[in-house]
Amino acid sequence: MGYEAWILLTGSLVGISCGMIGCYLIVRRMVMLADAISHSVLLGIVLAFLVSQSLNSIYMLIGAAVIGLATTIFIQWLYASGVPEDASIGIVFTTLFAIGVILISLFAKDVHLDVNHALMGEIAFVPWNTIVIFGAEIPKATATLLGITVVTLLFIIGLYKELKITSFDAALALTIGLPVTFIHYLLMTMVSLTAVGSFDAVGAILVVAMFVVPGSCAYLLTDRLDAMLAISALVGVLSAVSGYYAALWWDVSISGSMAMMGGVIFLLTWIFSPRYGLISKWKKSSTPLKEQEG
Amino acid sequence: MNQAVEVKDVTVAYDQKPVLENISFTVPKGILMAVVGPNGAGKSTLIKAMLDLTQKSAGDVKILGEAYKPKNRTVGYVPQRGTVDWDFPTNALDVTLMGRYGHIGWFRRPSKSDVALAEEALEKVGMSAYKHRQIRQLSGGQQQRVFLARALVQDADVYFMDEPFVGVDAATERAIIALLRDLKESGKTVVVVHHDLQTVPEYFDWTLLLNKQQIACGPTDEVFTMEQLQQTYGGHLSFLNQTEMVGR
Repeated sequence: MGYEAWILLTGSLVGISCGMIGCYLIVRRMVMLADAISHSVLLGIVLAFLVSQSLNSIYMLIGAAVIGLATTIFIQWLYASGVPEDASIGIVFTTLFAIGVILISLFAKDVHLDVNHALMGEIAFVPWNTIVIFGAEIPKATATLLGITVVTLLFIIGLYKELKITSFDAALALTIGLPVTFIHYLLMTMVSLTAVGSFDAVGAILVVAMFVVPGSCAYLLTDRLDAMLAISALVGVLSAVSGYYAALWWDVSISGSMAMMGGVIFLLTWIFSPRYGLISKWKKSSTPLKEQEG
Repeated sequence: MNQAVEVKDVTVAYDQKPVLENISFTVPKGILMAVVGPNGAGKSTLIKAMLDLTQKSAGDVKILGEAYKPKNRTVGYVPQRGTVDWDFPTNALDVTLMGRYGHIGWFRRPSKSDVALAEEALEKVGMSAYKHRQIRQLSGGQQQRVFLARALVQDADVYFMDEPFVGVDAATERAIIALLRDLKESGKTVVVVHHDLQTVPEYFDWTLLLNKQQIACGPTDEVFTMEQLQQTYGGHLSFLNQTEMVGR
């Protein structure tokens, strides 16, 4: 596979995994929590590097999962103690992220780990950093993302109804004996893994866009969770691919361009969605409402 | 074993402040019971504490003679309509099917017979025509009926319903009460948090009067008296003087 194909594949995998996990964040109203996790996992990556002295992605994923869960738990503690939820989120992730930044500047100056890279990602470098798996030479970031996408798919397919019921009605889920808190932390672990897997490609800031934007488009286009997941993955891929070509055309940042194309697709959906778009809403409000059946 | 529910010394406190104190009562099998009390009396909290949805500071709850455990599947819970997000991307049939999830087990999908049960339940509550409707497009009464259909397919022995009559139209109210009576006929026990004092004697065999403490619990005929209500509602009962309650 050529250079361009690897970039397109990597971006698409980010779109699929983030897009699908993002749907659950949207229906659970937890987008800000994902924003927090995607930043604080930087600390996980740095700690993993300091402990293992390697940039092996397995250690990074473990570090990210641990710090991602810690973020969720710290936020929960602050919130339970009476700090407002949005403030709790803001306090925890900025502090953890800042510790990560300081640790990088203290210890990790000489390695391939800089703040700018972590924030913005650099998908253009992805194809050059390869490993050999089953005799095939493939980019490390792509391999990691492929693994994460497969795990995400298994997670969503296997726990489809458990994720749905805990998202829609946690009280009912508890009364039928489902471990609601455990499933919540499992989802947050998936957010952490997906965030860190996408780090190389899009960075901490833009991965949030990949979590939120495709799912939000899908939310405006369908009334079914399964369709929402599929549409979201598709929009994720579309943003990545169109973003790459837009970046070539204008000679700008690839990750920035991918997130921007997501924004463009959202804008179009928001205006033209047949169900909940601006135009259809305007049409509906200008025709008299039908009597509500009782 | 003739008791459906046995509650012993249940106490709930938020930040050291007691919300419910030493609640103890029993509910015989096969009756409809109302939990009645003013706003803030802890009616919903009592149900949630009984079902471990809120932490109890003390107390025991037995359902059909056994300590309450969610996985025994003896209990069906209908939360207040406002506690879920009706913008969730799903339809009426799908929400009803969620009532089967406790029976299906991990990793598995609802079977055809689960779907058939859900459709049957929607038929019973008069919602067949709306089964593919997105839930946000349903009226308040229709949403409540979907919740009841979901409770029906749970096939529980004891039901707890939190304010099922709030914000519903008269037709839905009649449909719900007919359904509750059906449940009772088939030997189920139903505990309902209820706020409309006027309908208590008509709808319910048994009444728990609650205002942070237990005022009384027993057959509605014996418990639902002016004196007991005065005690439950304190000075706020003046409006009752204009109702038919006065004659009691």
